[in-house]
Amino acid sequence: MEFKDYYQIMGVKRDATQDEIKRAYRQLARKYHPDVSKQADAEARFKELGEAYEVLKDPEKRAAYDQLGANWKAGQDFRPPPDWKEGFEFSGGDFAGGDAAGFSDFFESLYGRGSRPGHGSRAPFHAQGEDRHARVLIDLEDAYTGTTRSITLRVPEVDAQGRVATREHTLNVTIPRGIRAGQHIRLAGQGAPGIGQGKPGDLYLEVEFRPHARYRVEERDVYLDLPVAPWEAALGTTAKVASPNGIVELKIPADSAAGRKLRLKGRGIPGNPPGDLYVVLHIALPSAKTEAARAFYRNMAEQFKSFDPRAKLGV
Amino acid sequence: MTSENMLPQLAGTILDEEAPLTLAELTRACAAHAELIIELVEEGVLAPVGREPHRWRFTGAHLRRARVALHLQRDLGVNLAGAALALQLLDEVEALRARLRAMGGD
Repeated sequence: MEFKDYYQIMGVKRDATQDEIKRAYRQLARKYHPDVSKQADAEARFKELGEAYEVLKDPEKRAAYDQLGANWKAGQDFRPPPDWKEGFEFSGGDFAGGDAAGFSDFFESLYGRGSRPGHGSRAPFHAQGEDRHARVLIDLEDAYTGTTRSITLRVPEVDAQGRVATREHTLNVTIPRGIRAGQHIRLAGQGAPGIGQGKPGDLYLEVEFRPHARYRVEERDVYLDLPVAPWEAALGTTAKVASPNGIVELKIPADSAAGRKLRLKGRGIPGNPPGDLYVVLHIALPSAKTEAARAFYRNMAEQFKSFDPRAKLGV
Repeated sequence: MTSENMLPQLAGTILDEEAPLTLAELTRACAAHAELIIELVEEGVLAPVGREPHRWRFTGAHLRRARVALHLQRDLGVNLAGAALALQLLDEVEALRARLRAMGGD
């Protein structure tokens, strides 16, 4: 497994004080918090940071980590030394966010996996399993038709010795037609297994749309930019428009200005009521690279002498 | 793909106005204490339908807000009022980003 340089991850020196470590953590946590940051790797960075802080904030764990020596480099192939853990006693089970299952193999090889509350008690212990959360990415088109997604979760399981191991669990989930971004699908009984006779928890899936090259989505409504030639906007025409559920013919009224919104009722995300599709007109100008084209534009200027596109700017 | 196709097809319920969560369900889903959820409502972070706590009904959007507020509290050490402020600012950033996208500036 790869060695992890927790000091490097937190951007502190090896002799940093506990206060400095805490400050560095707070600062980086604000920067990379997945609920705040839009950076693509925010979640991974935040997880790594949490792991580094888990070790460095705890003088016991930090001392043990320091004992490995300062010569290790991040990414180097690592095996714990044979005498590892002698003289150290890690309390375990007290990991940040109770999410020890998410820590790296490197962490687990040094500090073990967390143990679940309830482990070790003699009396039979029953509790409902935890609810779990996951996100599922779909395309806008999927919301028009409905789709199926297979979702793979890492499920922590407690074995007979009370140790926690993770297992991959794949589910085939129906994403119904008419789903909107931000909606949650609840799958009863698909969360973490219960303890003892306890029922399993539920799984909550939050639906998100992949960013689309052509469409923007606001709630149930879908927006599409449609380029038109100046004469099409001026004289009116019928244009073919690719809507998320097929090609439609759209009538563009004569004398349309740029930015005009044309509504295709009920062509947004299906539902009761369905959303609308808005087509926003953009005027595309033919290039003026040839002499003939330039002559045409000069002629236009002659014809529209009184036209002042900046009339409203007051200059 | 073949092994995945063998799996049973699961269909869940969409959390919306017709299938909302109760206070107890939201509390469980957030792995929090009911007192914390009640504080979030009092702080104005969550605006459920219904007057008294036992009649409150929450949607998926509430679930998301509650979880983000609790994560910010746990991970960044902010108090509830701070988390509420962060959520409000995040909403504003999101609205501005959407406008930027609409103007083709993204």
